[in-house]
Amino acid sequence: MDQTEKVVNTTANLRVKTRKNVLTPKNAPYFFIGPAFLLILIFTVYPVISSFILSFQEVRGVQKSFVGFANYSRLFQDPIFYKSLLNTFQILIVQVPIMLFFSLLIAVGLHSSMLRGKAFFRISYFMPAITALAAASIVFMILLDEHFGLVNYLLSFLGLDAISWLNTPFWAKVSVILVMTWRWTGYNMVIFLAGLQNIPADLYEAASMDGAGKVKQFFMITIPQLKPVFIFTVVMSTIGTLQLFDEPFILTNGGPNAATMTITLYLYETGFKFFDFGYASAIAYVLVIITAIVSWIQMKLVGDEE
Amino acid sequence: MITSRKIGIYSLLIAGVILSIGPFYWMLVGSTLPSGDIFHLPPKLLPGDYLAKNYQSLNESLGIGKIFWNSLFIALVYTFVSTLISAMAGYAFAKFQFKGKKVFFFIILCTLMIPSQVTLIPLFEMMVSFNWLNTYQAIILPTLASPFAIYLMRQNMKAVPDSIIEASRVDGAGEMRIFFTVILPVTRPALAAVSIFLFMSQWNSLLWPLITMNSKEMFTLPVALSSLIGMARIDYGQLMLGTTLSTIPIMIFFLLLQRHFISGILGGSVKE
Repeated sequence: MDQTEKVVNTTANLRVKTRKNVLTPKNAPYFFIGPAFLLILIFTVYPVISSFILSFQEVRGVQKSFVGFANYSRLFQDPIFYKSLLNTFQILIVQVPIMLFFSLLIAVGLHSSMLRGKAFFRISYFMPAITALAAASIVFMILLDEHFGLVNYLLSFLGLDAISWLNTPFWAKVSVILVMTWRWTGYNMVIFLAGLQNIPADLYEAASMDGAGKVKQFFMITIPQLKPVFIFTVVMSTIGTLQLFDEPFILTNGGPNAATMTITLYLYETGFKFFDFGYASAIAYVLVIITAIVSWIQMKLVGDEE
Repeated sequence: MITSRKIGIYSLLIAGVILSIGPFYWMLVGSTLPSGDIFHLPPKLLPGDYLAKNYQSLNESLGIGKIFWNSLFIALVYTFVSTLISAMAGYAFAKFQFKGKKVFFFIILCTLMIPSQVTLIPLFEMMVSFNWLNTYQAIILPTLASPFAIYLMRQNMKAVPDSIIEASRVDGAGEMRIFFTVILPVTRPALAAVSIFLFMSQWNSLLWPLITMNSKEMFTLPVALSSLIGMARIDYGQLMLGTTLSTIPIMIFFLLLQRHFISGILGGSVKE
């Protein structure tokens, strides 16, 4: 009886002691990093490797067999895959510059000191960035309806014929670009605005003392000072567009005639409509490679200029 | 001369505002109109009296209450746990020297740059083998450790002076206590920004929930919306109400906390 009590007592003491010392400055970092690291290993690192292996396999039900580069060589002969690549890049090349141009224009307009109601404008322009892409796409799907949509109705006042926005290959792409631009212009504008506010005012003062006009100041000071912000927005928008999915999925479901099929949409269809896991993994790895190359080129361009 | 220029700038800016928030207004009005009136030309600009009817039919076709709850529950749990995990990891990276730190950090930076699409197929296989399809954890767990949030927390934790940590240690505070009572309170703005960022990305996410949730009662709002347009006869009143329900909570949240919100959505990439 006595002894058991003693044992209980000592373990209790021990517990108090160990509890106090369980985390030391030496082992604490492992404890703090533990959960995040474990999750990343299981849910990111393992899938990234597994997907690489899958891209060399053919999956039939639960049977997996190695097929070498067959999935990749099939990609190179797949017209829909080419189309999805081409579409993604066409949208990228048209949408990103247009959007960033508007973002910059609005930011410069708002930044000019004489303006009242800046906060109101800033909030209003940022609003689209809080909506789910799915919700935004649905609203535009209705606005862009060929016969009863508000957009065509408004265009009719300009004497324009109704545009078949979602049902013709060219205009379907334009529609996707429209939604993306609506959703992201304000987002990037706020980034530019913050960049503009960080330019030291004395740079402008010095320039105007040297007799430089407003336009000259814009090109000699504003643009060069904004360069890091500019690169940030270009890189982020590019990576985002390469992964484009929600808008074409909702607006057009990749159609008409695969005109708005994007890489991620094709990956989704291959994987989760046709359950062709090996082939879908090959598509995913092509996306990884493209993203890496594009990011590398953009980084390189930055590095060379500086 | 100057005033006419001013008027020009203002009218351009206001035109932009109409383009930006017009669709919101039109969506709100649409949620109170019957399907046919949404396509009425010229457009109806004032709310109708069909809101309750739309809600009723939306509830009949999808069980919108449960779906709203799914979205909210997932986003809240995800935001809370993910913020905590990334604050912990960020703290370790910013304030400790330990073996393997460089390797760990390198792995995190790598995962930051890899498009998440590459994990979809193996994650789906994993969910199937765990029997996790149509469960909350299927959505919450895979992205719970956000490399972006970890990176941001690390940047912010770096700014915390070492001296306050040392002082607490001298006072005899344990490492846990230091983290919860010293570190977390001083990094509150960063925590707010990170949690808004995480909440928004979860609330709005479509692709992964679309893959893992295929039974109606487990849908999240974006998945439910995408299922509505897949129907043979689309009811546009329902659709407008659905988009409204997915937008309104965020909109209120945004208007209340806009400064935090903007820096949160920008992922803390912008300092104001």
